[in-house]
Amino acid sequence: MPHANALYGPLDPAPDAGYENPPPRMGFFTDTSVCIGCKACEVACKEWNGVPESGLDLLGMSYDNTGALTANSWRHVAFVEQPRSVGWATPAFQEQPDGPSVSPLTAAVGARTGTDTGTDPGLTPGSPGAAARMSGGPEFLGMPGGQPPGRGSGAEGRTDFRWLMMSDVCKHCTHAACLDVCPTGSLFRTEFGTVVVQEDICNGCGYCISACPYGVIDQRKDDGRAWKCTLCYDRLGAGMTPACAQACPTESIQYGELDELRERAAARVAKLHEHGVPEARLYGHDPNDGVGGDGAFFLLLDEPEVYGLPPDPIVTTRDLPAMWKRAGLAALTMAVATAVAFLGGRP
Amino acid sequence: MIVIQGSNMAEAHPVGFQWVMEAKRRGAKVFHVDPRFTRTSAVADAYLPIRAGTDIALLGGVIRYILDNELDFREYVVAYTNAATIVTGEYRDTEDLHGLFSGFTEENASYDQSSWQYEGAEQNIPPRDTETQRETAAGLEHESHGAPVGGDTQRDETLQHPRCVYQILKRHFSRYTPQMVERVCGIPQDKFLELAQAWTANSGRERTSMLVYSVGWTQHSVGVQYIRAGAIIQLLLGNMGRPGGGVMALRGHASIQGSTDVPTLFNLLPGYLPMPHHADHPTFDEWVDSIRHPGQKGFWGNARAYGVNLLKAYWGDAATADNDYCYGYMPRMTGDHGTYQQVLNMIDGKIKGYFLLGQNPAVGSAHGRAQRLGMANLDWLVVRDLFMIESATFWKRAPEIETGEIVPEECRTEVFFLPAASHVEKEGSFTQTQRLLQWREKAVEPPGDARSELWFFYHLGRIIRERLARSTRARDRALLDLAWNYPTHGPHAEPSAESVLYEINGYDVASGRPLSSYTEMKDDGTTAGGCWIYTGVYADGVNQAARRKPGSEQSLVALEWGWAWPSNRRILYNRASADPDGRPWSERKKYVWWDAEKAEWTGYDVPDFEKNKAPSYRPPPNSSGVAGIAGDDPFILQGDGKGWLYAPSGVLDGPLPTHYEPVESPVRNPLYRQQANPARKVYTHPVNTLNPSPPQEHSDVFPYVFTVSRLTEHHTAGAMSRNVSPLAELQPEMFVEVSPELAALRGLSHLGWAHLVTSRAAVQAKVLVTDRVTPLRVDGRIIHQVWLPYHFGYEGLVTGDSANDLFGITLDPNVLIQESKVGTCDVRPGRRPRGQDLLDLVVDYRRRSGDLVHRYPPMVTTDVADSSSDQEA
Repeated sequence: MPHANALYGPLDPAPDAGYENPPPRMGFFTDTSVCIGCKACEVACKEWNGVPESGLDLLGMSYDNTGALTANSWRHVAFVEQPRSVGWATPAFQEQPDGPSVSPLTAAVGARTGTDTGTDPGLTPGSPGAAARMSGGPEFLGMPGGQPPGRGSGAEGRTDFRWLMMSDVCKHCTHAACLDVCPTGSLFRTEFGTVVVQEDICNGCGYCISACPYGVIDQRKDDGRAWKCTLCYDRLGAGMTPACAQACPTESIQYGELDELRERAAARVAKLHEHGVPEARLYGHDPNDGVGGDGAFFLLLDEPEVYGLPPDPIVTTRDLPAMWKRAGLAALTMAVATAVAFLGGRP
Repeated sequence: MIVIQGSNMAEAHPVGFQWVMEAKRRGAKVFHVDPRFTRTSAVADAYLPIRAGTDIALLGGVIRYILDNELDFREYVVAYTNAATIVTGEYRDTEDLHGLFSGFTEENASYDQSSWQYEGAEQNIPPRDTETQRETAAGLEHESHGAPVGGDTQRDETLQHPRCVYQILKRHFSRYTPQMVERVCGIPQDKFLELAQAWTANSGRERTSMLVYSVGWTQHSVGVQYIRAGAIIQLLLGNMGRPGGGVMALRGHASIQGSTDVPTLFNLLPGYLPMPHHADHPTFDEWVDSIRHPGQKGFWGNARAYGVNLLKAYWGDAATADNDYCYGYMPRMTGDHGTYQQVLNMIDGKIKGYFLLGQNPAVGSAHGRAQRLGMANLDWLVVRDLFMIESATFWKRAPEIETGEIVPEECRTEVFFLPAASHVEKEGSFTQTQRLLQWREKAVEPPGDARSELWFFYHLGRIIRERLARSTRARDRALLDLAWNYPTHGPHAEPSAESVLYEINGYDVASGRPLSSYTEMKDDGTTAGGCWIYTGVYADGVNQAARRKPGSEQSLVALEWGWAWPSNRRILYNRASADPDGRPWSERKKYVWWDAEKAEWTGYDVPDFEKNKAPSYRPPPNSSGVAGIAGDDPFILQGDGKGWLYAPSGVLDGPLPTHYEPVESPVRNPLYRQQANPARKVYTHPVNTLNPSPPQEHSDVFPYVFTVSRLTEHHTAGAMSRNVSPLAELQPEMFVEVSPELAALRGLSHLGWAHLVTSRAAVQAKVLVTDRVTPLRVDGRIIHQVWLPYHFGYEGLVTGDSANDLFGITLDPNVLIQESKVGTCDVRPGRRPRGQDLLDLVVDYRRRSGDLVHRYPPMVTTDVADSSSDQEA
């Protein structure tokens, strides 16, 4: 077992943060296998939390015009068009005249983009910067998914097809690096085990942004402060369900006590496996992972990278104790050396 | 199993779709048939791509598969449908007449239905003038009851008689083979068989399957027959009137069902009573008789009471037996007053003024240019909306300004824009897809001058009546005699919505007691009620629509959530959930049954049958009305009590569905010489140019099929979503979805521009190259389809060209709905030209596709023998 102020490993974060008899840890289980990509979560989040507009630009990433989790988008529905089987008896486009004879050409055309970026395949245009970076990003990092159609299908035609949708959100990590590095105390751990930024305290230093292993927390350009999902802290306190989960029509986003959600998720995965969906897997559910498990975890139908998620996130402050130890050792050594130098200078 | 066809339910009805996902969790299989792979397809168990406008060919294939393999639910079919009924010897099928039925008259392109009647019934019914029926969209009257059919029928329950409906059906669909489905629809045979097998395997005694459609089916020149085809399958498989079965018509917006029940249509009155026609219904008695058809069986026999109660609700004390309850005050139809006829009349200067409420025709209606040119030629236009919509600013912002067709300084229309309260800013009821009324309280005060529709019409009526108070002219009596007393409240004198609901429900005139059921309605003026099918919604003085008992605290059928018409029944014709003897077909699908001990119908739902009529009841000879319905006839609003596989009357374009090509199609009909629906409603007007289709020449100028529909992120014509940033940013630009193959063919690049051209307009859009759209192999050719959202216009935070500008105007003959789900076009890279160049481009396409003096596609093409595939040629 890790010690009281652990930065790594399984832990119940609220007592660890000093709450006495806190309520059970609350979180999200997002089951992407029933997501219909309606984006009601994005809209409900913006409405409830007063999140400003994040750009009126067509990104061309399937139906995703949000692009990424940013300071102005606390829920983000990713859309992934894939030329692979969804496990149907008859693949979606079997026997359609869209086979190999035309495919290399069309793949090349499909990969072209409207704006000449001097690269091939090109970058999808689009401001704001974060969304544009994200839309071009996975391609150049060599990760599948997130690319415009045609890039992924290649020359083998497209008999199989599936369309994945997934509503992403702040993971509310057990070990939240954003919180660890926050110098002002703006970021804090709530009694529900979630992580929240206090907008009236944040001074816009931006340490949290580079600390987040998921790239979730982001700075708002016009005020410089950091913003992200609060898991509707104001609603939780009143016994209400977070806005996104409340709005989700298909129960893809489920809110509840984390322990109970983990049980529910395990049962759902087992059921999907039983029904011929072997690719179903959980992401962020494991308290032994690099962040001590997520408060918001997911059921995915492909590798995490496909959805733009890091495969093996590690809390960026994990090595802090070791680093401090080394730094302390170094400082001690310096001090000793200095002392020795002074002492040694007096023969 | 759930078959979703002609509907993108997950995107257009995401809230209702939660129940599909719930069913899927419990093991239901979901099939989705659609021209492109959508968010519904993404979560379906199987997806079938289809060429837009060919659904009847697919459904006909399923019908043939059922009949050929004898997979119908035979006991149900024999007992509850008209499969055994014998049809007159004069009937000729499409098999005999190259795709036409007997009775077609070329002069007025309509059918004389006398040869379609049941044997022995030819003389009973004077067939109504079908041309008038088409002009007045008479098919809509059948939403709550069947078309007239005469007395007793002749039946052969062995189904062997060559003229029984079963055999006619078998012959009619004999050419809809899996090979033909593949040729017409572009659906591979394996896929077709997967659907047909799953559908039949999941139907019958132990299982039921559900069919879901929306406007992807209705908005066609053969729209009504699409639904007829679906209904035939569901009847053959025994899926009607049973839990987990049915044909689900998903309505397009909140309370569109309500606005046909208490209609905003030119040809209907509340409760599906027909609007009087000046020639057919000169007197009250003639009007009533045209509804109840004296001598006919079924519940429609009480039509006189429904009519009297409606007129009493309108004119209160002024309506008496002596003056035929003020029937003379009722407006009369003189022909087609539908929205498209009105628009053409506006262009021709025949209409002075227009009210637009909850409607944005400049974007949302077919042929946007005609809509805008029409509105620009009025004296006045009143627009009530939440936002400044395109239909209010067309005189200064329309695309026609750039082309010089509308000049703001010269536009004669005076536009009055009145801000409207939204659904959360007013109280009232919504009636949804399942006929369920749900009450809605006001959540917030409307901002500024915004007011509810109820407030607007109540006070408009009040002010007009005050102005006319001293009038002595006879024509003003109808207004002055109206019962126009509604209690008001608040600083703006808002009328009470519950008092309107009370009037719609109906009440005893003397005591004011609300009626509990429409069976309490009297035809002597002692009761009044605004909509007979809604009677009971205010039973016991309680707003039954406002009931919100959680599902966990009541039965699965949830009879205490809201209120469903008629009589709070959740599944119509649920007598069919029991066998002819009144026992449930199976324990698994038990729903409503006969309790022999208590001698009454009982079950989980309100039985849709006379409570004490035993299954063994047989009507005495020559009985009519309710008494004429036997104890084992579940379809009590049909004249013969049977589910109609074959429609001997009431459907203007044929007793059976037949595949006709869309009016604009790149393909010659592979099934028959007859190309398109011969009875469709055509408007010949200079503004309404149509693209040529085979067998006409030059159809290759418009080689691609386009279809339009919705995105989850936007709402219809976009006013409520393009003006709201959290929604606008989710789909911020007009786009067109094309397959990678078409992109290569036409040199289109992802996120680049393209424009689509028809003989009406050219529309530009950003290109989304996507694997979700596939080319199809149709009759040996590759057919490319493209898809566009129709939400965009020139107002709002996000703007774009309107997809509906691309359509011409051609209507279904039964209900006058426009064909706005399929058309032909050309697709070109780059942005469209502007100004005069845009007009020149369209004119150039018209020149290349034939003639500038416009020729309409021929109604009848049976004399053209160039269809190589015609089996009879």
